[in-house]
Amino acid sequence: MTMTTEERPAAASAPPALPPARRKIRRSPATWYRGGGLANLLFVLPMLFVFFFFSWSPIVQSVIMSLQKTNMIVSEWVGLDNYLAVMSDPELGRAVVNTVYFALLALLFGFPLPLFVAVLMSEVRRGKGLYSALAYLPVVIPPVVAVLLWKFFYSADPSGVFNTVLGWFGIPPQPWIQSAVQAMPSLVIEATWAAAGGSIIIYLAALLSVPPELYDAAEVDGAGIWRKVWHVTLPQLRGILFIMLILQVIATAQVFLEPFLFTGGGPAGATKTILLYIYDKAFRNSLGGDYGEATAVSVLLAIVLAVLSWLYFKLTNRWSTS
Amino acid sequence: MKSPARVLLAGVAAAATVGALVGCSTAGGDDSSGKTELRVATFPPGADAAAYEAFAAQEKQFEDEHPDIDIIGVEYEWEGPTFAVQLAGGSLPDVFTVPFTDAKTLLENDQLMDVTDEMDELGYTDSFNPIILEGVTGDDGKIYGFPRQAYANALSYNRELFEAAGLDPDSPPTTWDEVREYAKKITDATGKAGYSQMAINNTGGWQLTVGTVARGGRTQTDNGDGTAQSTIDNDATRGVLQFLHDVKWEDGSFGSKVDLDWGTINQEFAAGNIGMYTTGSDIYTALVRDFGLDSDVYGLTVIPLEGDDPGTLGGGDIAVMSPTIDDETKAAGVEWIDWYYMQKLLNEDAAVQDAKTLNESGQAVGTPLLPVLSRELYEESLVWIEPYINVPREQMAPFTDAIWEQTPVGEAKVKTQEVYALLDTVVQTVLTDENADIDALLAQAQTDAQALLDS
Repeated sequence: MTMTTEERPAAASAPPALPPARRKIRRSPATWYRGGGLANLLFVLPMLFVFFFFSWSPIVQSVIMSLQKTNMIVSEWVGLDNYLAVMSDPELGRAVVNTVYFALLALLFGFPLPLFVAVLMSEVRRGKGLYSALAYLPVVIPPVVAVLLWKFFYSADPSGVFNTVLGWFGIPPQPWIQSAVQAMPSLVIEATWAAAGGSIIIYLAALLSVPPELYDAAEVDGAGIWRKVWHVTLPQLRGILFIMLILQVIATAQVFLEPFLFTGGGPAGATKTILLYIYDKAFRNSLGGDYGEATAVSVLLAIVLAVLSWLYFKLTNRWSTS
Repeated sequence: MKSPARVLLAGVAAAATVGALVGCSTAGGDDSSGKTELRVATFPPGADAAAYEAFAAQEKQFEDEHPDIDIIGVEYEWEGPTFAVQLAGGSLPDVFTVPFTDAKTLLENDQLMDVTDEMDELGYTDSFNPIILEGVTGDDGKIYGFPRQAYANALSYNRELFEAAGLDPDSPPTTWDEVREYAKKITDATGKAGYSQMAINNTGGWQLTVGTVARGGRTQTDNGDGTAQSTIDNDATRGVLQFLHDVKWEDGSFGSKVDLDWGTINQEFAAGNIGMYTTGSDIYTALVRDFGLDSDVYGLTVIPLEGDDPGTLGGGDIAVMSPTIDDETKAAGVEWIDWYYMQKLLNEDAAVQDAKTLNESGQAVGTPLLPVLSRELYEESLVWIEPYINVPREQMAPFTDAIWEQTPVGEAKVKTQEVYALLDTVVQTVLTDENADIDALLAQAQTDAQALLDS
């Protein structure tokens, strides 16, 4: 539909008035009260208090603490000394390398596996609910319980669960988490097992949104299952794959539970991640730790993650508008 | 929107939330009965029912004698990471114990209560072993705690595994070569770890230092002015690491677990999976009470000494009070420490009553210790409690007969736990990497430790 020439001058000669909402209204306290201002404020107040006490106050306190040398009883301002100290600490470098290694391994093991399982499950015609429940089960198990269970599996004894299985195939017992080389991959395998269920459910939901006619068209063209996955499923899931990737990178940067409970960062520092480094800085020393340096690393990590999140929003925005 | 009821409702909600938040910051309260409540450290979480019974009996005895004090027992275990959290969070009991190694730093940080006047009043300040008392004395000359128990490191061994390997459990090893040899025999015969050693949560560094001192080395020298020199890179420490390497990689008799700490190695030993390991001579109580050890299999001997100027690393702990408690609670705390920890070392009636109560509850009585007062007083107290001693002292004879001939050596004074944490990595590297370069590890550890000492 096109606009007639008669309609144009009217629009040009009489610019539209500002919408009412944009007008600046001067309000007296009485009108503010009559308009329900007090009730609104009182309703918001508890939430503001909760936010202040439980969310913002610790963050502000952390930033302050990162500029202090403190044992929680006596504090002294040291400026940026804590930042300089941790930046020059080779242990932090090692923790960063370990964390990146964990992230890469998690990407290698943990990223394609749930997608693969989800695609397989989507092809199943019967008992899909049962498979979904089974896949999600590890997520339901409390993480500490899961780690203790896997610690038992990873026993380095020849009679350990995994070593017994290896023995059936003539493979000698492995040290698993007792070895500096094998410890990190072992942690990643457990972490993948623990988290895969959630990813599978998300992928399954995303797979439902793929228009079936695309598969029908591909079948008409003679595509087999793998060609359908490659040419239809993966392109259609591009967006969700990208989001999952970024989320995984952020999650792995903060990995703590597995190295803390499995190995305590050992053997010989092979699994000490950034968060474990922070924890050790703060609490390993029985006499109060170096809370200043620990919070300095926390602030640095928060900045890095904030940049990553910003990138994530930028990229996902671009993707969603395309 | 304008309803007064709505404003009232919102106001109540806001007031309730603020009230709840303010309420979070107020803690505790007066005992309604007018008694002084005293929260005291007891035993680690997980102790057996008998330990609770014994404590309840002692609590009742104390409260009968002190009707104005209400004792509240709190499970407590000193652990590096959790202690710092408890300290920072103010959740420690009013009376608790800390290792000798932490006392100096705690009192330098104003984290302990001054008890000089109270100890003088009780009249036993001069009875303490001066070396031990020095550890709780600040630069201001004031005393900040009651040394209550000391131990020497020792070699614990499993008599049953010795017999299974054809070894005589009454003749434990007396040299490190013999320890290695016996460990191999145990592993060959039983498949169990012949010899294991702690490696994580600062215990790796602790036991590496025990081995170093036993071979005549020292990991730190005190400059006498509050500073110290790291001497980790020495032949004795090299000897310990080589020993661990050989037991693990050449003999295969270390066992598969290289991530053991105080709790887990005790658990493994009590379960019969370890032939020998080194730890404090007072471990028997915890092994039986907390880990279910069968006392028949327990054996204890002194740590083998070799080289020039060897010694036995000792340690112990101190009963202290939180610096934040009020005068009334402090007075109650002193009463408790005197009654619960000190009188049984000094007074026959108190010693007998304590031993009798513990014995009747099936708790260990007579575990080998070192005297915090004098050797004479310690040996006299053993005579007092003789009828109640229930630990197999004859199985500990190799230790109790020989310990007085060994030179006791105190733990390093400066940044002790931090240096232990640093040495954990060295021990773990040797136990997980067959080709670990011990010389390079020691050189690096010495540099890192010196940086810690200088910071």
